[in-house]
This record gives sequence, structure tokens and C-alpha cells, in this order.
Amino acid sequence: MDVFLQTLVAGILKGGLYALIGIGMTLIMGVMGIINLAHGQLMMLAMYVTFVLSTMGVDPYFALLIAMPLLFLLGVAIQKFLLNPLIKADTILPENQVPMTVGIGMVLTEIVRFIFSSDYKYITTTYSNQTFYFGNISFSSALTIAFVIAITFTVAMFFFLIKTDLGRSIRATAQDKDAATLMGVNTGRITVITFGLGSGLVAAAGCLLAPVYYIFPDLGGPFTAKAFIITILGGLGSTVGAIFGGVTLGLAESMGATYFGMEYEDIIGLTIFVLVLLFLPGGFKRLTKI
Amino acid sequence: MKKSLPPLVFVALLAGLPLIMKDNYYLHLMILFLMWVVIGSAWNLIAGYTGQVSFGDAAFFGCGAYTAGLLATHLGVSTWWGLALGGFTAIAVGLPFGWICFRMRGAYFALATLALNEVLRHGATIAEDFTGGMVGILIMPSFMSKIPYYYIALALAVASLASLQWVVRSKPGYYFVSIREDQDAAESLGVNTHLYKMLSLAYAAFWTGMAGALYMNYMGFIDPNVVFSLHDISIMAILVGIVGGVGTVYGPAVGAFVMVAVQELFRSGFFGLFKWLGAVSGSASLVKVAEVLTQAHVLGFGILVVVVILVLPNGIVGDWPKIRKRVFRLDAGA
Repeated sequence: MDVFLQTLVAGILKGGLYALIGIGMTLIMGVMGIINLAHGQLMMLAMYVTFVLSTMGVDPYFALLIAMPLLFLLGVAIQKFLLNPLIKADTILPENQVPMTVGIGMVLTEIVRFIFSSDYKYITTTYSNQTFYFGNISFSSALTIAFVIAITFTVAMFFFLIKTDLGRSIRATAQDKDAATLMGVNTGRITVITFGLGSGLVAAAGCLLAPVYYIFPDLGGPFTAKAFIITILGGLGSTVGAIFGGVTLGLAESMGATYFGMEYEDIIGLTIFVLVLLFLPGGFKRLTKI
Repeated sequence: MKKSLPPLVFVALLAGLPLIMKDNYYLHLMILFLMWVVIGSAWNLIAGYTGQVSFGDAAFFGCGAYTAGLLATHLGVSTWWGLALGGFTAIAVGLPFGWICFRMRGAYFALATLALNEVLRHGATIAEDFTGGMVGILIMPSFMSKIPYYYIALALAVASLASLQWVVRSKPGYYFVSIREDQDAAESLGVNTHLYKMLSLAYAAFWTGMAGALYMNYMGFIDPNVVFSLHDISIMAILVGIVGGVGTVYGPAVGAFVMVAVQELFRSGFFGLFKWLGAVSGSASLVKVAEVLTQAHVLGFGILVVVVILVLPNGIVGDWPKIRKRVFRLDAGA
């Protein structure tokens, strides 16, 4: 029973972070209808920002306040100067933006590799390896703080999308771009803001992950893949879905690692992914309706 | 007849190439180029003509490669059997997948192909007793010289381009394009979209599988991370298609040449040009430039990808009129 509870706790804590990674992706996919293959790379970049700041003695959680605006600006620039011009271009396939994000991801990874080399970097803080106990179950301090912050961001994002004007415009663009344009929403500007927001959120995830993970340039790819899975699980453009998706993936991974063996960790995530694609094509969004 | 003349001349030139080009290094690049012609054309049919963008070409590539490798390690037959069977194994994997996943459209289908590739990659890693896991499969190459491989690759590339040409001009080819342009309209006009999407997938899987079998024979070594690689195979296939021009018969061939050449150009530091210049002029800064360039070769490659997509969204062949116009205008100005 203790093993089960411990696995459950580990999975949920991991899931909170995954949710934060997933929200950025789900927003971008929902609003622009494209897969952002540079998502994990943006997170990697944020982790390096955190790393550089921590060598200057800045706490990772404080670095979040610097990395998020930085990545927001980077996202805005990417969308404005690299992705939006492609929307106007007359092409056979609308998916031209996807290889573009691949190129962007490659450039980001290689710039980082060029500056920092491929070596693994660590950020050691006083709380990196700290744990506290609740009954027989151990909680990693860093992961718990990360979980709390991640959920705060997620909930804030949810209310932002539901209550504010800007949030409503984003949701309108996601639902029907042409109709939103007709209603006076500047959809071009909305896509720019959305990409910035998505980048900022994944940057936050990167900062939260930095103290408990090792940092290397090729980290982006696997996390992009995880972000997909979460997005599909949750449904496009759904914040609540992203929470469900993130926690489901986190749970599935930790359960799989405990009860089947470490090598099955990724396969279980993918199996769930395929099952959801088949039996619940809209993701959890279908059940929650938000 | 007149129209088919330039390709024939080009093939004749390529066939004569090993007679003048004895350098193994350039022959290796040509073999890679021809292999990418096969993969790029296959991707072009499913994505460029049928409009079903696939992110999982590596799945079929790996199927072909593992068919060849496993036949050799388990049955002890020649790996060349892989070239006969690899394509069909890929079809055998592709058809059930397509039957289930063609219910999804657009980005969802692309993601499903991605998942297929990841499942196969992890599967090949875990099933150590059968596939050798991360140790991979190592075989002895059949020929010491690269020339036989070159001709086999050339034959595959020519056959795949000829079959693509034939398919897109046949009735199914038009059905494919109708599905790309508007699936619902095609359906309402009586096109069995599910069937034709499956056909298109089977074609793509077959040729990608063949290329995989060729890779196994030629390279002599595979492991799951090499042949099921998202970046090196699936994404590269997409880039070959996009750079050359989607929905054009010869686009991917051009794209394959450009991508292989440019990748090598950056990897080798412009074929040692800067190093040579530095050695000749004795300038330390040029040597430094050469070092930095080779270190950052993937970066240069990535920047090029971004620039090409931004400037030529329809690829080199697709935007050929545009390129010509620009170049002519430059000429007029000068």
C-alpha cells in the first residue's frame, strides 16, 4: 500500500509540471492549429537561463520572474517574424509552419550547445535533495513547491482565458478564426500573444524543473513529445484538459515505472496516447466541455 | 516523348558517374542522396499529393531495415532478402495503422504517425532477445566497393520516381489530390477516401521500407535510435519534401540533393575550404573560422532550413517560376 501511495504521489507531483508544459502547447495548437515542434526546446532554453542566473547566485524560483518575460518576448518574435509570414504565403500544404518550428528548435538547441557544450549541468540548491514525510510517504520539497506553483499558474491561466477580454479573444480565435476576425478580433495579434504566452508558460515549467533535473541541450525533444501527448489527452486549447492530461501522463509514467519496470515508462504514455486518439478523439475536453 | 528526354539523359549521366568519380567519399554522398530521393518521393505522395502529413516515416524505414537485419541474424539468409521483403513488412505495419488512424485528420493524424514511430522504437529497444535491443544489428557488408550499392540505390531511386510519375497521372493520383484539396467534397463525389488514403499510405510505406532495407545492407549496422530516429529520418524526410517542393514529382529529388549536399557542406566546413584558405594565406583567423563553422554545422543547417521555408514556402521546384523571375530581374538590373 505504501508503495502504491508513494507512486501515486510521485505521479501527481510530476503531473503538475507536465500540465504546465502542456498548457503552452495546447494554447498554441488550439489557436493556430499547428504543432509547435520547438516547445521542448523553448523549455530547455529557459532552463539554461535559470542555470546562468543560478551561477550568479539567483535562486531558480526567482529566476522564473526573469526567464518568463524573456521567453515571452522570444515567443512573440518567433511568431511575428517567422511563423506569421508563412500564414500569408500561398502554399499547397498548410503545415509549412511545422517544419519551420523544427528549424527553430534546431537553431535553439545548437546555439545552446555552441555556448555551453553538450555537458550535463546541475543546479544545486539547498532544497534540491530535501524531502519531508507525511506518514510513510516521502515528498520531494522541490517537486512539491514546483507542483504548487505550476497549479497556481494553471488556475490563473484558466481564469485568464474565461474571464478577461484577451482570454475570450484567444478562445474565439481558437474556435473559429474567420468568425473571430469578423467580430473584430485582431487574430494576427492574438496568435502573436498566444505564442508568447505559451513560451512563457513552458519557461516557467523549465525554471521549476531546473533544480531537480539535469540540463543538457538535447533535452527539448523528449519534452516536446510529452507535450504532444498531454495536448492530445486533454484536447486542443483546453486548460482543464491539460491538467487532466498532465496528471494522467505523470501517473501512467510513475505507475508503469513501479509496476512494469523503468523501460516501459515511455511505452505506457504512448499506449494511453493511442487509446485516447482512438476512443476519445477530442481528449478530456469532450468530458469537461471547457 | 520530348518531355521524358531530360530525365532520361539525367539518369544516363548518373549511371555513368562512377566511371569518372572514383572517390569513395563522394560516392557515399551520392548513395545517401539517392536513398533520400526514394524516401522523399514516398513522403511526397502521402503528404504532398494526398495531404496526409506523416511524421512517422522512420517507422516504415525502420521496419524495412529491421526486416533485412532480422532475416540475416535469425534465419541466416542474405540481407538482400530484406530488399525483397522490407517494403512488404512496412506495408504490413502501415495498413492496420492506417485502417485505424485514417479516421483522424490533419494534425491528429500527424501525431498518430509520430506515436507509431515511438512505439516501434521503444518496442525494438525492449525486445532485446529478438532485435538485439540497443546493441543493434551488425552484418558483414556484401561488397567491399561502393559501386554496386550505388547502382542498386540508383535503380531504387529511378523506380520510385517512375512509379510516382505513373501513380500521380493515373486515376488514383487524381483521387489523392482531391482528398488533399477537400476531403468532404471528394467523399460526396463518391471517392472512397478511406480506401485511397490507405493506398497512398501503402505506397509510401513500401518505398520507405525499401530505402530502409537498402540502408541496412549498405551501412551494415542499425540500432533503434538510428533507424527509428524522429530527427534524422522523419523530420529529414519532411525537410527534403518541403525544400524541394511538395506536390511536385521531381521536387523531393531536388530537395534530397540540396539537403544532403548542404548538410555535408556544413559538416565538412565547406569541404575544408576555409581550412585550406587559412593554410594558404597563413591567417590564423581563417583557421579559427573553419573550426567554428565545423563545430556549429548543425546550427548553420538549421538556419538554412528556417531561411528556405521563409523565402521559398513552396520549395525549390514549386517556387521555380518565382526564383526565375527574381534572377531575371537581377540580370536586367545589372
